[in-house]
Amino acid sequence: MDPTALLLSRLQFAFTISFHIIFPAFTIGLAAWLTVLEAMHQYSGRRVYRTLFEFWLKIFGVAFGMGVVSGVVMAFQFGTNWSVLSKMSGPIQGPLLSYETFTAFMLEAGFFGILIFGRPRVPPWFYLFSTAMVALGTTLSAFWIMVNNSWMQVPTGYVLQNGQFVPDDWAQIIFNRVVWVRFPHMLLASYLTGAFCVAATGAWYLLRRTYRAEAHVMLRMGLALAAVLLPAQLFIGHLVGDYVHDYQPAKFAAIEARWHDEQPASEVLIAIPDSTTESNKYAISIPVLGSIIASMSLTSKEVGLTSFAPQDRPPVAIPFFAFRIMVGCGFVMLGLAWLGTWLPLKHRLERSRLLLWGIFLSFPLPWIAILTGWYTAEVGRQPWTVYGVLRTADAVTPSLTAAAATASLILFVAVYAFIFSFGTYYIYRLLRAGPAGLGGKPLHVPVPNRPMSLADQAPASHSYFEAGE
Amino acid sequence: MVMFWVALLAISILIYLLLDGFDLGVGMLFGLADGEAGRAEMLRTIAPVWDGNETWLVVAGVIMWGAFPVVYAMLMSAFYIPVVVMLLGLILRGVAFEFRGKASRSRQIWDISFTVGSFAASFMQGAMVGALVKGLQFSNGEYVGGTFGWLTGFSVLCGIGLCFGYALLGACWLVRKCEGPIRDATRRQIPFLAVAVLAFLVVVFTHALVEHLPILRRWIQRPYLFVFPLIGAGAAAVLATSILRHDDYWPFHMVALIFASAFGTLALSFWPYMIPFVVTIDEAAAPHASLAFMFWGEGLFVFPLMLLYVAVGYRVFRGKTATAADHY
Repeated sequence: MDPTALLLSRLQFAFTISFHIIFPAFTIGLAAWLTVLEAMHQYSGRRVYRTLFEFWLKIFGVAFGMGVVSGVVMAFQFGTNWSVLSKMSGPIQGPLLSYETFTAFMLEAGFFGILIFGRPRVPPWFYLFSTAMVALGTTLSAFWIMVNNSWMQVPTGYVLQNGQFVPDDWAQIIFNRVVWVRFPHMLLASYLTGAFCVAATGAWYLLRRTYRAEAHVMLRMGLALAAVLLPAQLFIGHLVGDYVHDYQPAKFAAIEARWHDEQPASEVLIAIPDSTTESNKYAISIPVLGSIIASMSLTSKEVGLTSFAPQDRPPVAIPFFAFRIMVGCGFVMLGLAWLGTWLPLKHRLERSRLLLWGIFLSFPLPWIAILTGWYTAEVGRQPWTVYGVLRTADAVTPSLTAAAATASLILFVAVYAFIFSFGTYYIYRLLRAGPAGLGGKPLHVPVPNRPMSLADQAPASHSYFEAGE
Repeated sequence: MVMFWVALLAISILIYLLLDGFDLGVGMLFGLADGEAGRAEMLRTIAPVWDGNETWLVVAGVIMWGAFPVVYAMLMSAFYIPVVVMLLGLILRGVAFEFRGKASRSRQIWDISFTVGSFAASFMQGAMVGALVKGLQFSNGEYVGGTFGWLTGFSVLCGIGLCFGYALLGACWLVRKCEGPIRDATRRQIPFLAVAVLAFLVVVFTHALVEHLPILRRWIQRPYLFVFPLIGAGAAAVLATSILRHDDYWPFHMVALIFASAFGTLALSFWPYMIPFVVTIDEAAAPHASLAFMFWGEGLFVFPLMLLYVAVGYRVFRGKTATAADHY
């Protein structure tokens, strides 16, 4: 095994998955919101819901496309770069990811075409059904990914036989308690991403004094959802911390930058962890709070990193800072959401331009929180890929050379940077143009000055002479 | 249980070949088309279904990983470069569907990336099949053939051959879904593409004879395998007459039949090996607990549902795709 190939493979996996998660995080929430909008339009008949639906559907289309193509990569990268892992854990991870593909990808893919192109071809109830199926598909996909990742974090329900992880209790693998805190954590994070993007767009329009009616709906719905979900998210986040404390003490110690066992433990708010001296520089800490957070106790003993052999310790700086950034984003979002929900009650939101600017500029926060949350989870579990059983260094493809890994990493970075810059630019243009980009025309008819725009265009059917295909 | 997953893997790969085959083929022919109207019409024939088509690649990939993890690990590491290039090709062509409609001045970038991406993905798929037939070097369950061990004259030939094959399938799809100038232009391409595919098959066969590829022995041992080429030949004959009669419906089905028989030929001549002469199906199979878990849920219930989604999708978008002009 080539040590450079290992490092490059880790970088490549981190890069491709960080890129990928941006899109599902957005589309899971957006798909659910589109379903709500379509249902509200069909129920109330109010035009604003339909306008918003068509508008956000175009953005959904671009983001979904990028999510699909970057997701296909993930399904194969386990084999190309981590062949030892995929051979050993194939009997468990393979079936889990195949359930994802079977139950989620096919559902999404099958109904996505109808969502984008099919409105003139299907009855309204079926269109609503298709929207709901796409939303269900994105949610199921997140579920299976969380089951899969949670098994790697807390492997359970298996026996080791002939160098393979052989499942002996699927119920334990799928229904273990770790999954049921991590899946809601991820799902809420996705809903919050959707909610904040929608609210930020509404704030942006109000700041520019355009699309007032649509902006109000977006702000109200986005902020209200966020105001309710954020406290729930903080609570579930705390439960996630509990599982880390119980099952991954080394990761917990790294997040807390706790180098030595302490009783009662203090909580390091901020510091610069230094792994060479095994201590923190410039630390600001609060006595006893560490024990309260970790064990709900004033006297508990909490484990420090030096209780683990050096080769079993995770890097400290990344989980430590990433976790604090995530929590910080959460509190900023909570403040914005509560303030933004409270002010409209007094009809002051529209006049409070400072808050509108705050909401507008907050759109990256949920993504930053998701990425830093994942960095905390994934870097914090190092040096293990299957926690406590298989080291990352032993999981890499033995035949992979540094040259091949360099080439593929460069290619992925180049292609992703290329499509990402164009993709965000196109989404920005759609958002900037606003719902009027639909031209005020009957909504499913393409805009004449952009006749080839795919997602704008629903090919009407004319000749039905062929019965079935 | 093992046989069930072999069958499902084979069916998924075949569905992938046929479905993504035609839309990759349309992607390659797209580069030949001139005029925005024609290009847009070509895209509209596949835009609602390409995502579902490509998903079958993931289906085949995860079945292989879940049911035959050893083979998945061996092949993915042996095919590092071709898999990465194929994925990048699929990315470039996949985003083009959404991007080119949103672009104004940059549309040409996505036209090029659509065609180039389709070519890259098709070529690499063909090259991987070629390399598998030719044989790869493994030792103790690990690939030892080097980064470019898959790259041989034969695998390049198979890569080119599959490009022609997909293009033929794509052309027949366009004839089926389009009307007017696009259909007529495409119909004129079909004889050329069909002859190219035929020539490719002859060259591959001769090459196999000359090189004494081990796979050929199977054919001598199992003469009943010749049923498949016979079906293929029959389909080719119907294809020729349907093209001459300017029929829109049959060419696609006949090319699909040719593909199916070629796939059947290949799959059965590998039997009982999964990686020819290295790993058998039984050696590769995952433990029973994994296969059974997959069988009782996704195999028995979700797989038929997936076929249903595909059927619903194709049914909603059945018939000729309307031309852009019809809208205004």
